[in-house]
Amino acid sequence: MANNSNTSNLDSFQKQKNKDEMKKQLISFALMIGFTLIAFAIVASDVISDMFVVPVILLLAVIQVAFQFYYFMHMKDKDHEWPSIMIYGGVWAALLTIAGLVLVVWW
Amino acid sequence: MSIAATQKKGVGAFIWEYLTTVDHKKIAHLYLVAGGFFFLLGGLEALIIRIQLISPENDFITAGLYNEMITMHGTTMIFFAAMPILLGLMNAVMPLQIGARDVAFPFINSLGFWLFFFGGVMLNVSWFTGAPDAGWTAYAPLSTTSPGHGVDYYILGLQISGAGTLMGGINFLVTIVNMRAPGMTYMRMPLFTWTTFIASTLILFAFPALTVGLFLLMFDRMFGSAFFDVALGGNSIIWQHLFWIFGHPEVYILILPAFGIFSDIFPTFAKKRLFGYTAMVFATVLIAFLGFMVWAHHMFTVGMGPFANSIFAIATMAIAVPTGIKIFNWLLTLWGGSITINSAMLWSLAFIPSFTIGGMTGIMVAASVADYQYHDTYFVIAHFHYVIVGGVVFGILAALHYWWPKMFGRVLNEFMGKLAFWTFFIGFHLTFFIQHFLGLMGMPRRYWVFLEDQGLDTGNYISTIGAFFMTFGVLVFLYNAIYSWVKGEKAPADPWGGRTLEWAIPSPPPFYNFKQLPLVRGLDPLWIEKTEGNGKMTPAEPLGDIHMPNNSIIPFIMSLGFFIAGFGFIYQTDYNAAYILLFGGMAIALGSMLVRSLKDDHGYHITKEELEREAD
Repeated sequence: MANNSNTSNLDSFQKQKNKDEMKKQLISFALMIGFTLIAFAIVASDVISDMFVVPVILLLAVIQVAFQFYYFMHMKDKDHEWPSIMIYGGVWAALLTIAGLVLVVWW
Repeated sequence: MSIAATQKKGVGAFIWEYLTTVDHKKIAHLYLVAGGFFFLLGGLEALIIRIQLISPENDFITAGLYNEMITMHGTTMIFFAAMPILLGLMNAVMPLQIGARDVAFPFINSLGFWLFFFGGVMLNVSWFTGAPDAGWTAYAPLSTTSPGHGVDYYILGLQISGAGTLMGGINFLVTIVNMRAPGMTYMRMPLFTWTTFIASTLILFAFPALTVGLFLLMFDRMFGSAFFDVALGGNSIIWQHLFWIFGHPEVYILILPAFGIFSDIFPTFAKKRLFGYTAMVFATVLIAFLGFMVWAHHMFTVGMGPFANSIFAIATMAIAVPTGIKIFNWLLTLWGGSITINSAMLWSLAFIPSFTIGGMTGIMVAASVADYQYHDTYFVIAHFHYVIVGGVVFGILAALHYWWPKMFGRVLNEFMGKLAFWTFFIGFHLTFFIQHFLGLMGMPRRYWVFLEDQGLDTGNYISTIGAFFMTFGVLVFLYNAIYSWVKGEKAPADPWGGRTLEWAIPSPPPFYNFKQLPLVRGLDPLWIEKTEGNGKMTPAEPLGDIHMPNNSIIPFIMSLGFFIAGFGFIYQTDYNAAYILLFGGMAIALGSMLVRSLKDDHGYHITKEELEREAD
């Protein structure tokens, strides 16, 4: 990265890439703010019935987590196989825990 | 550095070096010494338990003290003996096996050790003020209602040391992913490195459940919450789930490294490559994966219902498949090999039948219907001592004999090694085999006394005699360790005809491990060079400057801060003055973090000239 600060052909390519990356980051950031606002709005305004609010918020949350992982934590980029395996392994262990507690303790 | 290393150092400098060290080999020494100390404490507690049970209605210790003994024995052996000794072995060997100069985060490595150490000291301070007495599983509501501060020490001690273990696990993961020598692909890694990797993953995913459980218990006991209080709408079963969601993977955190140790020892002393390497790796991964889906088999009698019990019973039995694959692969590694039998090999050979007995009783207790009979009897005690002593402790002792020359530069005495093995091995089976039958006859675990003429007298007597044999074996090993330090023979670089990278460098290795990183050409890299090359590793890089981290006292001070704060948390319920400890300790810990964050420490370089000056 350090030797990319000179002007050359390679650099214009890198610059374009960085620009695209920045655009994606800003878009996903704006979307996340949007989702958060929607979540607050549907709770505050009573436009959706209470029973429906919970799954909608959970859905928004899942999308936000995906943005977090893939854009902000760069899991969509190359050479992120190990982080992906570990994160999905952790998600798996967490889901098992939640499923176990919900099904066995409260059901 | 090289000049300083050759000079005779004073005791103060020696202690200071170990307090501040970030070198993985020295941290390994610390883990082994501290873990060994706690192992002796736990062993002493076991001996007291067995003396109490030598005869019916014995009154060697009181009932309350007996509860403290069993709690402290279990907690100490699992968290402060077995785990740290294994972490010590991983620290000592794993970076050498992958051809690295240190772990990825030397500072965090040191911090992990000191947190573990202060956690262990914290737990044992409770002996002076009233030890925890709710069993090593600390089931609620027994633990939430236990009077005094015993359980508080348990919570804080485990919380502090658990943070250290978590750091150690993450550190090993990053090290293995990023710091393998050129050519060391994943499927060329020695099995001990593989099992370190998988066990670290288990640490990463399992310890958070314990951390959460301990926090909930801490809030219930110290700050008036009611997570486990049924009267206030809580649910005491949640603790059992959280504890075993951590606790079952913990079993594999302990046994998988031992599997890795045997998988490295058998090929060395059978002079054959490991049979079914790929199957071994995938069996390890499969055990780890299944290990997260079986925790409720510890809770069959809680009343989860036949449906949940069946699922967990079948998942548990599935684990026998990859474990069986491993047992057969070890046998086939030995098959037709040119076998050398020495102390390390004796422990490994004894492991196979001992552990298989433990596995077999494991299938028995996994059958949920039959488990109603076995639950909370000595049958369960016998089962898990067969897997933990017959698997983990045998593994640790095999590893100590095998890697002692590499870690300390001395070879352990063979005669004493064999004496320790035979007495411990006979004592182990004397102690625990009979307990299967005591359990089947209905002797419940954790009871202070048993009555006369119920058919339990002889069995308990034999069991206690066995415990004395084990004690003798441990003392012989201890003497052997000290003897080797004082007058043991100096170890050559490769005393066993080794196959893996750690045997390619001097014993003990120089503080930078590899002068030039080695080029790895396949599985068992050193063996390949011995059979197809000139017997030496080919360097993968020209001789150049080596970047080394600076020593630091900050991990020690930071851990000391948490240690002091721990006492504050425990006693703030009684005395307001304890807030001084609480805030003072946290200030020390957070201040150390601040210093570490703000002060740049770039380490230093060993120059090429300095390396050239040192004779090979």
